[in-house]
Formats: sequence, C-alpha cells, structure tokens
Amino acid sequence: MTPRLQLSGIRKAFGATQALGGVSLEVGPGEALAVIGENGAGKSTLMKVLSGAHSPDAGTMLLDGRPYSPADPLEARRCGVAMIYQELNLVQHLTVAENIVLGVEPGRWGWVNRRERRAQAVRVLAELQSGVDPDAPVSALTIAQQQLVEIARALVHEPRVLILDEPTSSLTGVDVEHLFGVLERLRQRGVSLLYISHFLEECQRVCTRFTVLRDGRTVGGGDLASTSLDQVIRWMVGREVKDLYPRTPHEIGAPVLALNALAGREKPRCARFSIRAGEIFGLFGLIGAGRTETLRTVFGLDPVRSGEVQLDGRSETSTTPARRLRAGVALLSEDRKREGLLLNRSIAENLLLTRLHPVSWCGFVRPQAERRTARSWMDQLEVRAQNEHQAIGELSGGNQQKVAFGRLLYHQARVLLLDEPTRGIDVGSKAAIYLRIGQAAAQGRAVVLVSSYIPELLGVCDTIGVMCRGEITAVRPVADWTEHALIAAAIGQSLDIPHA
Amino acid sequence: MTPSSTHLSEWNARLKRLVQIGGPFLGLLLVGLFFALAHDEFGEPARNTVLAARNLKTVLVQTVIVGIGALGMTLVIVAGGIDLSAGSVVACASVFGARLVVAGWPTGGVVLAVIAAGAGVGLLNGTLISVFRLMPFIVTLGSMSIVRGAAKWLGVNQAVSIPRESPVVALMAVNDPDHFLPLPPGVWLMLALGGLTALVLRQSIFGRHIVAVGSNEATARLCGVRVRTTKLAVYALAGLCFGLAGLLQLSRLTQGDPTVAVGLELDMIAAVVIGGASLSGGTGSVLGALVGAFLMALLRNGTSQIGWPNYVQEIIIGLVIILAVGLDKWRQNKRT
Ligand SMILES: Nc1ncnc2c1ncn2[C@@H]1O[C@H](COP(=O)(O)OP(=O)(O)OP(=O)(O)O)[C@@H](O)[C@H]1O
Ligand SMILES: [Mg+2]
Repeated sequence: MTPRLQLSGIRKAFGATQALGGVSLEVGPGEALAVIGENGAGKSTLMKVLSGAHSPDAGTMLLDGRPYSPADPLEARRCGVAMIYQELNLVQHLTVAENIVLGVEPGRWGWVNRRERRAQAVRVLAELQSGVDPDAPVSALTIAQQQLVEIARALVHEPRVLILDEPTSSLTGVDVEHLFGVLERLRQRGVSLLYISHFLEECQRVCTRFTVLRDGRTVGGGDLASTSLDQVIRWMVGREVKDLYPRTPHEIGAPVLALNALAGREKPRCARFSIRAGEIFGLFGLIGAGRTETLRTVFGLDPVRSGEVQLDGRSETSTTPARRLRAGVALLSEDRKREGLLLNRSIAENLLLTRLHPVSWCGFVRPQAERRTARSWMDQLEVRAQNEHQAIGELSGGNQQKVAFGRLLYHQARVLLLDEPTRGIDVGSKAAIYLRIGQAAAQGRAVVLVSSYIPELLGVCDTIGVMCRGEITAVRPVADWTEHALIAAAIGQSLDIPHA
Repeated sequence: MTPSSTHLSEWNARLKRLVQIGGPFLGLLLVGLFFALAHDEFGEPARNTVLAARNLKTVLVQTVIVGIGALGMTLVIVAGGIDLSAGSVVACASVFGARLVVAGWPTGGVVLAVIAAGAGVGLLNGTLISVFRLMPFIVTLGSMSIVRGAAKWLGVNQAVSIPRESPVVALMAVNDPDHFLPLPPGVWLMLALGGLTALVLRQSIFGRHIVAVGSNEATARLCGVRVRTTKLAVYALAGLCFGLAGLLQLSRLTQGDPTVAVGLELDMIAAVVIGGASLSGGTGSVLGALVGAFLMALLRNGTSQIGWPNYVQEIIIGLVIILAVGLDKWRQNKRT
C-alpha cells in the first residue's frame, strides 16, 4: 500500500534561521502520527509547509504517491490537506457558518448559496457535537468554541490528511474528549492525522506512531506503545528531564489578596478566596466557568459590579491595570495574539514594556541598558531567537509564551495572575516555568495559577479552588484534591464522591 | 547555533534594519539619479538646474510645511490613528496668525497663540477619539470641515495680508537665493523638530507607549499604558505641529488664506507612508517621513523644471506612493 503522505529531505530557512534542516516522515491512510519536539523545533513550520502556507526550500512531498506542492492553503485544502493552526485564524466579524465555509463558499457565479452554506456548517458542527450556534458572530464565542469552529472549518472539505497543531491547548476535559471522539471517527474513515502536542499523554491517546523533531531535523520515532515517555522526552530535549514538576520549598506568609463576593460584568458571579504571600493558588474549572474573567476583574481590565478586591487589606473601588501594575499585580493573558503581546514589535520591547524606568534616564530609554537587560532575561528564560530585536511574531508559539511570562518576572510583580501560563510550552520548558513559579513563591510572591491541566495544578499548587458557573465552589489544600474530585467539583457534582 | 550562523544572523538583522531605515533614502537616491541624467526640453542637463544648490534650497523650503505636518502625522499614524483635519488646521492657523499680526500682537505672542490653537484642535480631536471612542477617520473628517469653515469665518471669506516687514515673514524668507546657506529659520526648525520627534518616538518611554498603543491597544492596556492619555497627547502634539505648519504657511505667503492647504493632509500621510509607516499602526519612522516629504517636493519641483506637464507629476507621485507601500509589503513578505 502506498503511504498517504511521504515527505523527504524538507528544508526551510527564514533568513538566517534554518527552521527545517531535512525532515522526513511517512503516514499511511487512517494512521495517526504524533509530531513531537521542543519549542522552536520546527513543528509548526513543517505543518505550514504541508498546508501550503510556506513553500519549502528543498525536499519532496508525495500525496498518495503523486507529487504534491501546494501553492497556497486553498490549493492544499482542495487537494484534501486541511490544517488547524496553533493560533486561531477566524474572521471575528463574520458568523460561525460564514467562517466555516470561508474560501470554499457553496454557490454559483460569485453568489453564496446561503441555505447550502448554513446546511454545510450545521452538518460539520453536528459531527463535532459542539452545540455552537452557526449564526453567532465569532467574536461572541469563547476560545474553546472558536477552536471547535476552526476544526469544523477543516472538516468541510472531506480532508484526506488532517493536521492539528496543538488543538487542545485551549480546550478542557469534555471538549477534549469530544475532539478525540471526532478524530477517532475520522481515522476510521481513512483520514490520516498529523497531531502536534506538548501533552505526551494526549499523543498516546490519539496516535500509534510518533516522530521527534529537534532543531529542524528528524531525530527519532517509532511506536508510541513500545517506547517509554522518558525515552521520547530524551529524544526531544537531548538530555534527561528528571523532575517534571519541580517544587521549591516556600513559606506561606501574610494575606496579600482577598476577593470578597466579587462579581464582574457577567462573571464571576461570586468569587471568594484569599491568597497569602508565598502561596501558589490554583484555579480550576471548565471553560466558561469564569476563571479568566475573575483574573481580569481583579486586574482592573473588567469592571467590578459588586463585592471587593482587597490588596494588602485595602480595597479600591475602581482600579485600572496601570494602577494594579504599580501596586505590583501583573497579569499573564491567556490570549497572547490578541492581548498578550505586541506581535510586530521586538522581544526587548515586549519584555520590558511594563517597567521601563530601570533602563531609562530622564524619560528616555538607554539602548545599551535595554539590550543588556533583555538579553539576560532571554538567556534566563531560554528564549530561542536570533537576537533581542527580532519581532516577537516571528518566534515559535512556545517562545512567545516565555517572553510573555518573562515580562511579569521582569516587572517583579508581588502578585502574579497567570492565565494558562504553560500553554504551548514543551515539557522541558514547562518544568523550567514551574521552577520559576516556585522560586517566585519562595521569594514571598503570591501566585494565582489558572489552568485546565490537572497534573500541573496538582503538581505545583499549595491550594486549589474550583470555579463552577461563575462561583468559587470549593477551596482546599492540594493534598485534599484528586483529579477525580477536581473534575466532579468543576461540573458541579457533590464533592463527597469516593476518591478514584 | 554555530558561531558562524549567529554571525550571519547578526548581519542579516543589521541588513534588514538598514533596508528598514534606508527604504525612503533609496527612493531619494533613485529620484536624484534620474534628475542627474535627465535633460529639460531645451537640452539643458537637469543636474545643472534641478540639482543645483540654489534649487535644492528652494525644494527644502517647499518641504517645510508638509515636513513639519508629517512629523505630527507620524505620531498619529504610529499610534494607530489618522488625522484628516491637518490641512484645514494649517489654513485656519495661518488666518488666525494673520489676524493677530494685523491686530498688532507681538511676534512671540502670535507664535504661541497659533501653536496653542493648533494643539487645541488636536486636543478636541483626541478627546472625541479616546474618551468617546469614536473612529479617528470620522472624527477628523468632521473636524476637517469644521476647521475649514472656522478659517473662512475668521478671514471673513478672504485672505488676510500681513506687512512684509513683520518678523513672522522672516521665518521662511529666502535672503540669499544664489547660495545654499543661509537657510531660512523654518528649515532649521523642521530639522531640529524632526530630530526631537525621532528621539521621542524611538527612545522615550512616552514614545514606547505610542508604539504600543498603535501596535495592539489591548496589549498596551494590559501592560499598564494609559491608552487614553497617550492618544490624547498624540493628537494634541500633532495639532501643535499643524499649527506651526500654518504659521510657516503664513510666513511664506505673507497672507493668511483660508482656502490654501486643501488636501495637504494627504501629502503628509503620503510622506509618512513613503517613510515606511504602516497605516495599521505600530511602525513608522520620523526620519523617513521627512525624506518622504522632501522626495515629493523634489519630484514636483524637478519635473516642472524639466518641463513636464502637471498631470505627469501627479501620476508620478501617485506611483511613488504605491511603489513605497509595495516595497514595504515585499520586504515584510521576505521575512515570512
Ligand atoms: N516567519 C518567521 N520568520 C522568522 N523565523 C521564523 C518564522 N517562523 C518560524 N521561525 C523560526 O523557525 C523556528 C521553528 O519555529 P516553529 O514555529 O516551527 O517551532 P515549533 O516547533 O512549532 O515550536 P512551538 O512548540 O513553540 O510551537 C523557530 O526558531 C522560529 O523562530
Ligand atoms: Mg508551533
């Protein structure tokens, strides 16, 4: 049987960066292949080459034995290669249905057949069992729903190869299960899957084989079932990662931040918890439970409707992000493309933006000092880039995230509000970020960690609170939580079910 | 990365930056080269006329008004906005200044009042845009008309002349037309202000905030930038530049004419864009904008000197603008 897709010797350089230096891989029909690698290893670039967004400098691609070289993503889609990008790519002003068929609108002579369009959208949305309204504008959807729309868009054209670049990074449990169900059905229909994820457990669920990229080269691969995760990680990182959740001993001190029945515009409806200096407080919940909104309200990005936020025992009636930052409270946004970063500006600018005073003199930034500071932080955070002047939009997703997180550390915030801080970050770098969170706590900083990844919450937090429909329903020390109990609490079941 | 490849990437980054700032200079070089080779309708080489020092002086003087306006426009465009009222403000400021001179105000008072009036208009634009969150395009389209009307009202529908002896006229007076130096004070003003604006935009904390707001407003807010204040300040500063440009307009024409400078804002925008700015905000170069203004003045002056008809000039300027944007796009595509 000819393989569905066969790549050999693919190379691609961006200026002086050799993103891909000879990659080869093969997938059969109905097979799922996991593509694994560190941040900046070249996974996304490889997939963009496959989906026609980039053209390779060298190498050959065969699709069902025939040469394949798409000029653009549309042609790739027509050939049956569909891709779900790491970053969301939806047109915010259009409706869900319009987005789903964008570029492949049904109709004649340039007129869209609206009924047919809606029917197609409804069909794929039903296939996903998503419950997303096809007539809603995309801007009104949550990130998880938008992700589902992206997936729906890939399915419209009956793909032969479906590429998923970190599709679960903004989904929680139930949605992930949905997705896996859909992927399994697609696979049985003979669709080949290329699956990129930094969650190796997920790769094991979805895929049978894997291939590992490092520095733009294929360094290993095999059957997931017969290879230990340690081995995979060793290939990926090039060294041993001993402890995935390193803990730094830290002491818990005086209360810093307290929320008293805080209510925001829609959510949170009633958030109540307090954190102390040196405490790592985890916040778990389903997508839409109001965790992000809680952080935003605390930070002054969203208005407070009722209740109060106390910082060091004092409460301010209205606040702004600027005031919060001056008081030492900083927020890491979950959406780095829309809100977290200035994508067309340099790494240095992004890193230092909230605290320019130490590198400036009389209101003017000193270029030397700026460069030196930015460099030292990039080294500490192990950001992979050409230099500190590179536009941050050119970095790989994980490296962008490191810079976004680094900004809070550079700001020397006393209270760190982290919304999905390890989204899109590879195993080795995740451990480094946990280490940093632990160190911050050891220095007496308070950390609020919003995450949908339970092992991470259980691994690094001191206390975990669960949000359900806009309210904090349970707060307990980490030792009293199990994965099962967290999920039960998040979906609003009684907490006293027996531990699994 | 191996040492040699880091070296290469350093070089590459340097080259990119060179192209980034060098873009408009490259255009200027090409236009200069063209006039160095061209001949006018009588067979006289243009390098002796267009590129003669005395003519370049004229071109510089012709650049000043658009150039100073382009400084303000650069700030606005980098902050992600646009100001269409610039031309009207220039006209209104010139009439206002003329009335003050005629009324016997001292020169210092006239200068301050005119600049303050320009800044005032900018502040109003800025308030509507940042506090009431209206679209900059629409707000300034409205104020363009309002301010033009105000200019005509101030001038009672006609130009207000000022005496040639007024010190205001000296700002743009060309004393020794046969030599490049001395340049009129207006030219030095433009260069000094250009240097200052460039420094502020590139190196000051305020400048970083302007860029941040233009690049991504949500991110700027998240990073504690006071978005409203920044925008307000940007429009006020731009208005200040336009007011100053109006004063120089008055100096040059020795009269405040409410009907001049129609469409001048588009020249300013063109200069900014030729200078490498993106209308979606977040990037732009002050130096580039000045070069862009000079380039357009040189094209206008040069083509008419070699006897090309007016319509050819207009077509060429249009092409240059599109070319500049196209070049920019191409350069960005190179990177991805
Ligand atoms: N448009 C671009 N311009 C310049 N360099 C780029 C561009 N896109 C990617 N790169 C570089 O290519 C390398 C590979 O990036 P890529 O996005 O493929 O990594 P990745 O494996 O997907 O990482 P992650 O897990 O963080 O998403 C990185 O060093 C990145 O900086
Ligand atoms: Mg990637």
